[in-house]
Amino acid sequence: MPEDKSRTSNQALKYNEAVFCVKGLTKVYDMGEIKVHALRGIDLHLFQGELVVLLGASGSGKSTLLNILGGLDTATEGCVVYKDCDLTRANDSTLTQYRRYHVGFVFQFYNLIPSLTARENVAVVTEIVPEPMSPEDALNIVGMGDRLNHFPAQLSGGEQQRVAIARAIAKNPAVLLCDEPTGSLDSTTGIVVLEALESVNRKLGTTTVLITHNAGIADMADRVIHLNDGLIAKVHINEHKKSPQELHW
Amino acid sequence: MKSLNRKLWRDLWGMRGQALAIAIVITSGVATFVMSLSTLDSLRTTRSTFYKDYRFAEVFVSLKRAPESLRLRIGEIRGVDRVATRVVAAVNLDIEDFPDPVTGQMVSIPDEGEALLNRLYLRRGRIAEPGRDNEVVVNEAFAEAHDFVLGDELGAIINGRRKTLTIVGIALSPEYIYQISPGAIFPDFERYGILWMRRTPLGAAYDMEGAFNNVVLTLSADANMNDVINRLDRLLDFYGGLGAYGRKDQISHRYLSEEFRQLGQMATIFPVIFLGVAAFLLNIVVSRLISTQRDQVAILKAFGYSNLDIGIHYLKLVLLVVLIGVSSGVAAGAWLGKGLSEMYMEFYRFPFLHYALRPGVVVAATLVSTAVAVTATLYSVRKAALLPPAQAMRPEPPVSYRETLIERIGLKRVFSQPTRMIARHIERRPIKALLSVIGIAFSCAIMMVGSFFSDAVDHMVYVQFGLSQREDVSVTFVEPTSKSALYELESLRGVEYGEAFRSVPVRLRFQHRSYRSAICGVETGGDLHRLLNAELRPIDLPPAGIVLTDHLAKILGVQPGDLLTMEVLEGSRPVREVHVAALVSQYIGVSAYMELAALNRLMREGSAISGVHLATDARYKSEIYAALKEMPRIAGIVARKDAITNFRETMAKQVLIFTFINTLLAASIAFGVVYNSARIALSERSRELASLRVLGFTCGEISYILLGELAVFTLAAVPLGFLIGRGLCAYIILELQTDLFRIPLILEPSTYAFAAVVVLVSASVSGLIVRRRLYYLDLVAVLKTRE
Repeated sequence: MPEDKSRTSNQALKYNEAVFCVKGLTKVYDMGEIKVHALRGIDLHLFQGELVVLLGASGSGKSTLLNILGGLDTATEGCVVYKDCDLTRANDSTLTQYRRYHVGFVFQFYNLIPSLTARENVAVVTEIVPEPMSPEDALNIVGMGDRLNHFPAQLSGGEQQRVAIARAIAKNPAVLLCDEPTGSLDSTTGIVVLEALESVNRKLGTTTVLITHNAGIADMADRVIHLNDGLIAKVHINEHKKSPQELHW
Repeated sequence: MKSLNRKLWRDLWGMRGQALAIAIVITSGVATFVMSLSTLDSLRTTRSTFYKDYRFAEVFVSLKRAPESLRLRIGEIRGVDRVATRVVAAVNLDIEDFPDPVTGQMVSIPDEGEALLNRLYLRRGRIAEPGRDNEVVVNEAFAEAHDFVLGDELGAIINGRRKTLTIVGIALSPEYIYQISPGAIFPDFERYGILWMRRTPLGAAYDMEGAFNNVVLTLSADANMNDVINRLDRLLDFYGGLGAYGRKDQISHRYLSEEFRQLGQMATIFPVIFLGVAAFLLNIVVSRLISTQRDQVAILKAFGYSNLDIGIHYLKLVLLVVLIGVSSGVAAGAWLGKGLSEMYMEFYRFPFLHYALRPGVVVAATLVSTAVAVTATLYSVRKAALLPPAQAMRPEPPVSYRETLIERIGLKRVFSQPTRMIARHIERRPIKALLSVIGIAFSCAIMMVGSFFSDAVDHMVYVQFGLSQREDVSVTFVEPTSKSALYELESLRGVEYGEAFRSVPVRLRFQHRSYRSAICGVETGGDLHRLLNAELRPIDLPPAGIVLTDHLAKILGVQPGDLLTMEVLEGSRPVREVHVAALVSQYIGVSAYMELAALNRLMREGSAISGVHLATDARYKSEIYAALKEMPRIAGIVARKDAITNFRETMAKQVLIFTFINTLLAASIAFGVVYNSARIALSERSRELASLRVLGFTCGEISYILLGELAVFTLAAVPLGFLIGRGLCAYIILELQTDLFRIPLILEPSTYAFAAVVVLVSASVSGLIVRRRLYYLDLVAVLKTRE
């Protein structure tokens, strides 16, 4: 895969350039005796620089979709094209390259490495990509510049999640994929985390996909995609998106 | 990758207890390997250096008497390089304040200068002055056993005349590294000595002026040894030659080779078992360690680390542990090896030690340990990395437990909820449970391997000296004597009963195989020296034919009924044919037996006997010894108690210390295994157990769930370990069979008990350590994070 780190903050181009093209995406989990249909044929385009919220109840297939977009999981049928690369046909090493150079992940449970400090958790990522931010800069962006040398166990949940965001953005990814980033947080802390995500999207123009089952968060998105039982139920565009401070749930 | 390296150090520090336990297992395996092989290499190097530097001969022969002029003709035999003629004679010694009978061998050294072959290494003092008939050099082991210093005197009965000898030197010789008296099974440094005297005075004492009765020689590079031996035998036939033989039949060399061979077997078997067990455990431990880190593997993959990067990361972690294990194993092995070599050196009487730790040994130990670790790590990392990261990061789906067989058959109510949890957990992952059980079973098995020798030795002593050789004293005559000598000895005060025996040195041949041994003629119905069948019951000798030790029959490839050729190696050296009548089982030695009268008939001699076994009254012991010493025709006296003591000392020094060290190493492996099993179980289940604590379970209850499983595994492992251990012991004794002795497969209950106790204590201690950790489970962390 060519290494494409170019991006633009030019709003005019924003909806013209599709970063992801998803067609007929199906995912079936084979649980032995039963088969679970997580995705039942999804068609979708995601555009450069937009902030998309995937909204749906638990089991609607949103995490599966995000994981496939991020190259963390494989599709059963259909295709996902990232720029010029068909992720559904990519081999393991191409997917590894893709994750390494293009994608930043934020997980619901932070998934920090417990034996490393905040700075080192970010450095784990910055050390393997060309031209990353410094871990300190990334942590400053999420407001964690004063907790560089704290271990995960010494941080609150919100702080851990902000370190996780710093870790995801430090490589200057083209896409930022966030799986319930505020799922384990109270609303005040959640808003701080969302602010961090919003500012990354705004300042760096990173295409951001955010999963939530919390409808209140959807108001900060450019676009909201409603998933239900493995299918897209509804897509709506926020004409007037709110800033995270205006959200409440 | 600096941050990942930091993770590595902190992970390692976090699991230091476990890492240490793994390192100990590797250390023990490697130490056994390095210790055994370096000891063997050192002994071999030392022996060959000593042989070379002190010109150990290659062909040996004794004869009755030949003129010195014959030496030139021996030298003319094609293939002979150097020839040395000597006077060698048996001597009875009399040492002040030492009532027991002491025999020795007097060996001549040339009148001028040093010996041409079999030179002496003088530890102290000097060689006797030329022409002095009262100066001797004695061998070091004998001198040490009696605390002799230069200038000490000892009495000798030389050719029937009493003489006082002065010790002027203490020496070692390549000819007597393993110093053993003829007919004895094990060395006895107190009761058998070697004395070197100048040729002329010794010759004069034994009527050998201008003559010799012993020849040693070396061969030229292109020589054919059998050819030289045949020509030498033909030449010496007229002079009463007793049959020349090469180094492989030279008594010290032969015993030494057997011992080295045995040590070599042990040096291979023990480390292979130990390293094998260590490898097996390393594999289990590493796989399980990595599977507990499966979510971290997934995160690293999600960030774009390749499988190779992750593999290398965990390899570094494992290799660090292996490195610690291997380096401390090599250090410990070298230290133990040096100590063991020094001990053997003292026993075998080498003048110096060349401690040899070949780089190849270290490299092999490192390679084996590393290869195992690398394979296990890569396999486990591959397994962890094969899952798509999304799946790996997700908490493992609730595994499909079901009611166990016991519950399904209706015993559900009998067991409490925690007990049912233990049972279901074990039943759900039977392979993992089986591996844990096998791991602990192996640690139990190698404990048995380490300690079963002393049982076997006890049994050998009981059979050899309690059932078979029941005499108190054995007396050998200088040459075959009439049976009246028996009655003469029986008339001594304190002698209760005597049995005569005849011993004839022979070479037994069957087809292309041959073996040098002695035929022992024994009286029928004897009560002292008895032959035993496989069930250890005494058997009567058949009136005709020869009875062979089963091991000798195997060497010769004969069955009862076969016709053996027997070349007698004394007197007129007749060649006879004799039927194999039966086989007997013996743990020690490779002997052949005949009924005394039958042997006399076969030899076409009268009622000749070579010696007498005596039952004596212990109260008259010194009186009997004193009387025996005065009898000039007696060449050797062996006391049974001394033989037992010697046997035990020999075995203790050689085998028991070796196995004692192995037992210690086995115990540390056992502990390492059990501790690791407990520790891994804890890290795999701490979340589940903490959740139970949150639900209100007490520490005691969750300890029961975790440790109950360990207890079940341990209890299942012990009997399995007994089986594996018995198998390993059987294999080892099969490999250790030698002409000198065959170790029986005897495992006393105490050996089983000891192995079981070590495993159970290891399990209890590990359980206590793990239980202490259960008290500090982080309950809040469980509530906060997933699952």
